[in-house]
Amino acid sequence: MIDAINRLKPKFWDYRDAAAGPREQLFNFRRMWKLAIFFTAGVTIIPLIVLAVVDYQVNKNSIESENLLRTARLVSNTQRTISSFLTERMAALDFIAGEKTFETLNDQETLEKLLANLKKSFGGFIDIGVIDSSGTQRAYAGPYKLVGKDYSKQVWYKEVLTGGVYLSEVFLGFRHVPHRIIAVKRDLSNGFFYVLRAALDTKKLDTLLTDLEIGRGGDAFMIDRQGILQTPSVSHGNVLEKISFPVPEYAPNTRVFHGVDSKGKQLIIGYRYITGTPFILLIVEQQRALMEPWYKIRLELIAFSVISIIVILSVVIGMVTYLINKIYVADQTRIATLHQVEYTNKMASIGRLAAGVAHEINNPLAIINEKAGLIKDFIAFKKEYAGDERLAGLVNVILSSVKRAGTITKRLLSFSRNFEIKIQPVNLKVLIEEVLSFMAKEAEYRQINISVKAPEAIQPVESDRGKLQEIFLNLFNNACCAMNNGGHLDISIMPENTDFVLVTVADDGCGIPKKDIERIFEPFFSTKTKEGGTGLGLSLTSNFVREVGGTLSVESDLGKGTIFKITLPYKMNKKIRGMHASITDR
Amino acid sequence: MRVLLIDDEEELVATLAERLSFRDIDADWVTNGHDALKKLNNAAYDVAVVDVKMPGISGIELKRMMAAKYPKMRFIFVTGHGSEEDFKEGSEEVGGAGFYLVKPVEIEELITKLDEIAKQ
Repeated sequence: MIDAINRLKPKFWDYRDAAAGPREQLFNFRRMWKLAIFFTAGVTIIPLIVLAVVDYQVNKNSIESENLLRTARLVSNTQRTISSFLTERMAALDFIAGEKTFETLNDQETLEKLLANLKKSFGGFIDIGVIDSSGTQRAYAGPYKLVGKDYSKQVWYKEVLTGGVYLSEVFLGFRHVPHRIIAVKRDLSNGFFYVLRAALDTKKLDTLLTDLEIGRGGDAFMIDRQGILQTPSVSHGNVLEKISFPVPEYAPNTRVFHGVDSKGKQLIIGYRYITGTPFILLIVEQQRALMEPWYKIRLELIAFSVISIIVILSVVIGMVTYLINKIYVADQTRIATLHQVEYTNKMASIGRLAAGVAHEINNPLAIINEKAGLIKDFIAFKKEYAGDERLAGLVNVILSSVKRAGTITKRLLSFSRNFEIKIQPVNLKVLIEEVLSFMAKEAEYRQINISVKAPEAIQPVESDRGKLQEIFLNLFNNACCAMNNGGHLDISIMPENTDFVLVTVADDGCGIPKKDIERIFEPFFSTKTKEGGTGLGLSLTSNFVREVGGTLSVESDLGKGTIFKITLPYKMNKKIRGMHASITDR
Repeated sequence: MRVLLIDDEEELVATLAERLSFRDIDADWVTNGHDALKKLNNAAYDVAVVDVKMPGISGIELKRMMAAKYPKMRFIFVTGHGSEEDFKEGSEEVGGAGFYLVKPVEIEELITKLDEIAKQ
């Protein structure tokens, strides 16, 4: 897991430019990355979220008000239908009372004919009866046996006497079946009166309400002013039961309000007091069911916003990471170039210093050489000095020491000369042996075995001698540092193909851990910072190899050793020659 | 064969001249260009062994001046520095790197060069 995170981490993530000092913030790429992501994502995502939220609210409000309006419309329309249903039947009964005489109505056959006609023309009638002024049913047509029943104590009877016309609430009556009646009173010329009464089919009205197209979980029913159910309801009880919520207050028009049921569900309740009747029409709808279209829109809106945010964030993170990485790489290249220039200048200064020192030492050395030579000549050519073997021996020691010192100064001069770029044929074996001679003493002290394998006839490479010396000196030094005393440094030179020669530098030292191997050619990567390593050696070496048109690769086995492979072209191509020419012109 | 040694290090040229005389080579020495030119007015030399870097007239300048006057004279350059420019210029002047010696000069090496010149 940690490995995967480390792999995803951009190169600049853990980079700290220790040399930046007070301007460290300028080179804090992680901070730069965070700021860029924050602002870029901010200016793109915030407007998107604001738009989404506004759109969310607008859509929600619009659908909510549409639902209220729809409920109100449904209540109004249904109220009109119910009102007209009842009014029509009341008018029909009133018409019959006006048209027929009391005597005619008391005729059983006529009454049955009338009921048949009413059922046929209007529908919704169950029976019809004539009640005299004593409250006794005189005539009756219908399914029940109600002739002779006394209604004088019935509430509705009292009401019709008072009002002349009456529409009852649902009640059980003598038939013990819930029903609703309409009744009209007619005065007779003899001072008496009679009441024409008809029972209405409750199912007709119930069907009218149940057939309404209301949403899932919705309910349409009627109550009286006391809250007693007049029609069956789906979830608020049966006919003649009391509803669970208070009776809505009187209003001349349709009203809609929000409510909550016993289970805590949000409701939209629309009601209307039905004109000229004791009834209140109620339509109760589940808000959740009404809002279903909105939930779909909401899901789409949320999905769109989330996908957009993910896409924007991915693009922003991707682009910012790419750009900051580019800046980081450019900065690293700049630093590496600066350091390379600095290093080259330093080496050139050291070269000049070495040349100066060599020159200054060479003169006194030459004098010592000549004087010792002269003493030797005296011993050889003059009789008075001849035969002193001890003196001759001493002089030989002086001369051999001078020769050794002379070799060192010549080597220094040769090295300093090579700081100036010059493409020339170079015998790699000779050059490698020359470089190794610098390390001969250290190798001897540490008993490091050095071997150089090369074909007998080795084709010279066309290259810059100074750079090649630097490359091999760095690699040999690294190998020596990696090895314990008594290690082996094996160098081999062999043709890779017709264009390139392959030089391998293999040591049996400590090796390089896998996690480091990809980074060893990066500038400032060092595992020896405590021992004074700059982390520039291999970076410069790899640059030098590139500059002479070659390649440098490494294979390492932790604890077993490391092999550096360098390929060098036999012939410098024009591009590299041009590059060297431009460096020399500087 | 007469050899003129020119080097600003008196101890060096004087000793070298003495050592050459042990090997039957007639060698004179001077420590600067002016003295060398004066010497040449009085005597003829076959070879001049010249230090490249000398105060006053440099080895290369001196060689040019002497070569103009004494075209048959041959030169061997000696240097304690051995920079690329010196090497290049010196090689051209003497017609090859073979006549260019780096200090401290081995007497045998010098004799070998002188022998080569004598054969030519």
